[in-house]
Amino acid sequence: MESRRNPRAVVDPKVRQVGFFTSSQPDSTHQPDPIASESHPVASSISPSGNSLSPVMIPPPRHNSSDTFPLRAAAAAASAVSPSSFSYSTRRDFPDGSMTASPGRVSRASFSKPSSSLPGVGMDSMAAAKSSSVPASGLTTVSVVNMPPGLSEKESDQKKNSKPLKEKTTKAERRALQEAQRAAKAAAKAEGGKAPLVSSGSVASTNVKAAKPAKPSSQKNDVAVAAPGPSEKKGGQTEKDRKKDAPHPRMQYDDESRVVKAKRRAVVKQTEAKNRVELFRHLPQYEHGTQLPDLETKFFQLDPMHPAVYKVGLQYLSGDISGGNARCIAMLQAFQEVVKDYSTPSEKTLNRDMTAKISSYVSFLIECRPLSVSMGNAIRFVKNRIAKLPITLSESEAKAALQSDIERFINEKIIMADTVIVKHAVTKIRDGDVLLTYGSPTAVEMVLLHAHELKKKFRVLVVDSRPKLEGQLLLRRLIKRGINCTYTHINAVSYIMHEVTKVFLGASSVLSNGTVYSRVGTACVAMVASAFRVPVLVCCEAYKFHERVQLDSICSNELGDPNAISKVHGREDINYLDGLTNNANLQFLNLMYDATPSDYISMIITDYGMVPPTSVPVIVREYQKEHSLV
Amino acid sequence: MWRRSASFILDDERRRTSNSPPMADNTTRAPFQNPDAISAYYQTRAAHHGVITSDWLAQAQAAVGGVSGEEHPDSSVAELGKEKTFNVIEEFNGWRKQPDLAEAVAAIRALAAVIRASEASTMMELEIELKKASDTLKSWDKTSISLTAGCDLFIRYVTRTSALEYEDFNSAKSRLLERAEKFGEISCKARKIIAMLSQDFIFDGCTILVHGLSRVVLEILKTAAQNNKLFRVLCTEGRPDGTGVLLSNELSKLDIPVKLLLDSAVAYSMDEVDMVFVGADGVVESGGIINMMGTYQIALVAHSMNKPVYVAAESYKFARLYPLDQKDMAPALRPIEFGVKIPAKVEVERSARDYTPPQYLTLLFTDLGVLSPSVVSDELIQLYL
Repeated sequence: MESRRNPRAVVDPKVRQVGFFTSSQPDSTHQPDPIASESHPVASSISPSGNSLSPVMIPPPRHNSSDTFPLRAAAAAASAVSPSSFSYSTRRDFPDGSMTASPGRVSRASFSKPSSSLPGVGMDSMAAAKSSSVPASGLTTVSVVNMPPGLSEKESDQKKNSKPLKEKTTKAERRALQEAQRAAKAAAKAEGGKAPLVSSGSVASTNVKAAKPAKPSSQKNDVAVAAPGPSEKKGGQTEKDRKKDAPHPRMQYDDESRVVKAKRRAVVKQTEAKNRVELFRHLPQYEHGTQLPDLETKFFQLDPMHPAVYKVGLQYLSGDISGGNARCIAMLQAFQEVVKDYSTPSEKTLNRDMTAKISSYVSFLIECRPLSVSMGNAIRFVKNRIAKLPITLSESEAKAALQSDIERFINEKIIMADTVIVKHAVTKIRDGDVLLTYGSPTAVEMVLLHAHELKKKFRVLVVDSRPKLEGQLLLRRLIKRGINCTYTHINAVSYIMHEVTKVFLGASSVLSNGTVYSRVGTACVAMVASAFRVPVLVCCEAYKFHERVQLDSICSNELGDPNAISKVHGREDINYLDGLTNNANLQFLNLMYDATPSDYISMIITDYGMVPPTSVPVIVREYQKEHSLV
Repeated sequence: MWRRSASFILDDERRRTSNSPPMADNTTRAPFQNPDAISAYYQTRAAHHGVITSDWLAQAQAAVGGVSGEEHPDSSVAELGKEKTFNVIEEFNGWRKQPDLAEAVAAIRALAAVIRASEASTMMELEIELKKASDTLKSWDKTSISLTAGCDLFIRYVTRTSALEYEDFNSAKSRLLERAEKFGEISCKARKIIAMLSQDFIFDGCTILVHGLSRVVLEILKTAAQNNKLFRVLCTEGRPDGTGVLLSNELSKLDIPVKLLLDSAVAYSMDEVDMVFVGADGVVESGGIINMMGTYQIALVAHSMNKPVYVAAESYKFARLYPLDQKDMAPALRPIEFGVKIPAKVEVERSARDYTPPQYLTLLFTDLGVLSPSVVSDELIQLYL
């Protein structure tokens, strides 16, 4: 108890931490006792300082399947349960301070521990709390540092896992605490009736995360790197999951057995990057280039992993598949394969087991590359369908139904949606238009090609940016069809904007307040266009809409490979920054996404028609209604 | 010019019965510059005005008398055309003859009559008939947004009942008819509802700037006067329609203090204005409005001086359009006479309406309630989804 309390005392304001948080913060936040919840916020505020020393470690993603069973968690928790310690994790169980804390926690993806606040999951949360508390204590803040060791000890008593796990959790907790990604990864994993589990899961994940961060602080990164790696991932996953299911608690990562399993199952051993930007410590950043060969060798050893999913994961990792629609379709097709090859093990129901499997695959995919919003929403849909399968169906019927559902989703929500978008968008293209586009959005490409087929006279301005240089792909495809194009870099966007009549942009997601979450650089183009009073049209399928709200590009994002910035391909003479990636005075920041405020958007073209940015919540509401009826 | 407008038909008959001499005043109408290019929009606006004031009718007569030669064949052709179609247009015109009835409401009533008189035996057939009738009505005036929007909304509203599929045809038809009548009723009463809703916004001693001649706004002001509110109205001249003069006529009959402004004097007088009231020809999906030329200007000035701009529009005017800029709409041209001869080489901007983006509008008074501009899209999505 005491030891449990200690970490809690450390911090945690279940209140969300936004802004500069280092991983330690989350830990501290987790740790705080519900009793001491009022001190949590304070604690959390102190935490960051401690974290600055240790990089945020991303706990290995916990595979959902392990998380889904509250029983296990309960069992695990049972032994270690001490109500008070987990008060913060379970809202309901602990009426005292923890209650207040947990809501806050639950809202934060990073706090896996508290998430277990779900009533039934008290046990789970406790388990989670335990696991998370351990890690958290390890790392995070200076203030927390003391706790982690205490916690770890405690945890170790209770948990099956000992040190390594704890370390992982501390790191994880740290990360979790930092509010890792609120990315619009749909909470596909957790949802679908796993809400209670989810909450505990999230609690667990946060705990795990906290544990992870704690670990690094206790030891140097290098030592911690390998071991925490997988656990971090898990934690990271939970964080991400949390973020994904922003409104819901995350999945259960509280069960130590799950943590162990997750660690054991972590396929992609990502090593955390060492030299990270302070502001973005809440986002996972790994050393690039280390996992692919490792994964490739393990291809034939992956029992729990379906080869189709493995393949897709590898493709994500290497960057072969990129773009919201492409990733989503690839993932769904892999899931179709999974369903096809699936056979229910004895004594398990198809619904639960398949959901568990899907969750584990999703964890793997997250390890490879954080989920995009489109993928998250698709996962949510799949889980929903699985959960709604009537029990009376035979296995083959159920499988066929699922496969056709997935097929229908791809067709209706992506392919046909694109046709409708194209139909609406071409009405806005007039002869003599100069259309500007940024990057390589698939929807916009289709619009331009179709408008060209309709013999409209227009020319296109493709704006591109390093390091991805995606615009070049679009440029090639447009030129092949004979469209008159101009190509420039984003530095020149204010220079050429005066001759542009309309701007067409794509989006990775559109959030409830009308903010467009898209490839980094989109916000810049939209703002310049707005300054020149050029209308900005965003083409986005409705399945990418998300009900969360994001005010800036920092709280949720994805970090890419810093080496991509430092190296300029093909220009050896200006590679001044090459090799400086590990310099203490220099941090590279390679953001993948940014958030464009709704004031700069003139209209959003979706398969529901052309809508102003203020109507996005209506569409999200109608969309969910439609899905709940389906 | 007013080939197919109801008022023209009235005038036409009058002309045929007795060749009335042109009115003493207003004889100085120069022949329209490009008669062929006059859009039906202008005609309908003229028709609207005609319904309101008798002076206008007389002037119309005079003008018609001036160019009687071309009108005849057109009118006869138009009449023939109408007779060919199943009496939708006649029904429509019949409704339109009623004073104070908006065009779109007349269309809605006509469509309800179509259902009533339909001899179809299946739902599909009935829907096809409705669609055809609606297309005919829409083609009667392609530039009128409220007409198109009204027809579309009516069809959508009436046919969205999913339960229709499960009933036998007759009960389904009567259900359809019920909904149609209800929609017609709502639209008729829309003006009264709007007038009632907007009373709270007019306080004693306020100065209201009005642009254009909208019957809804007139109704609002009438009701306010009847409620013994003390306010005064500044109305813009409204060239080339001359709406300012018409409106000031009407308002002076109600004993409301009126001041006429030149269109260019709006910014000058904006300081003493408390609020701006305009009607709308159509409310677009973004929440902006399409209204008589000059509305955008006034809204910009009011916005920059922090004066609220209130739009009074019935809900059947919500259209599924989304203009990105001024030129993104179907053009509606009207003739403009300057009183003096313009050299042939000089171009004249003849568009009759402009688009005001939603950020310059404060509130929309509709029969659905007092809404903010972003609600339009919500309503449309719910209806069309």
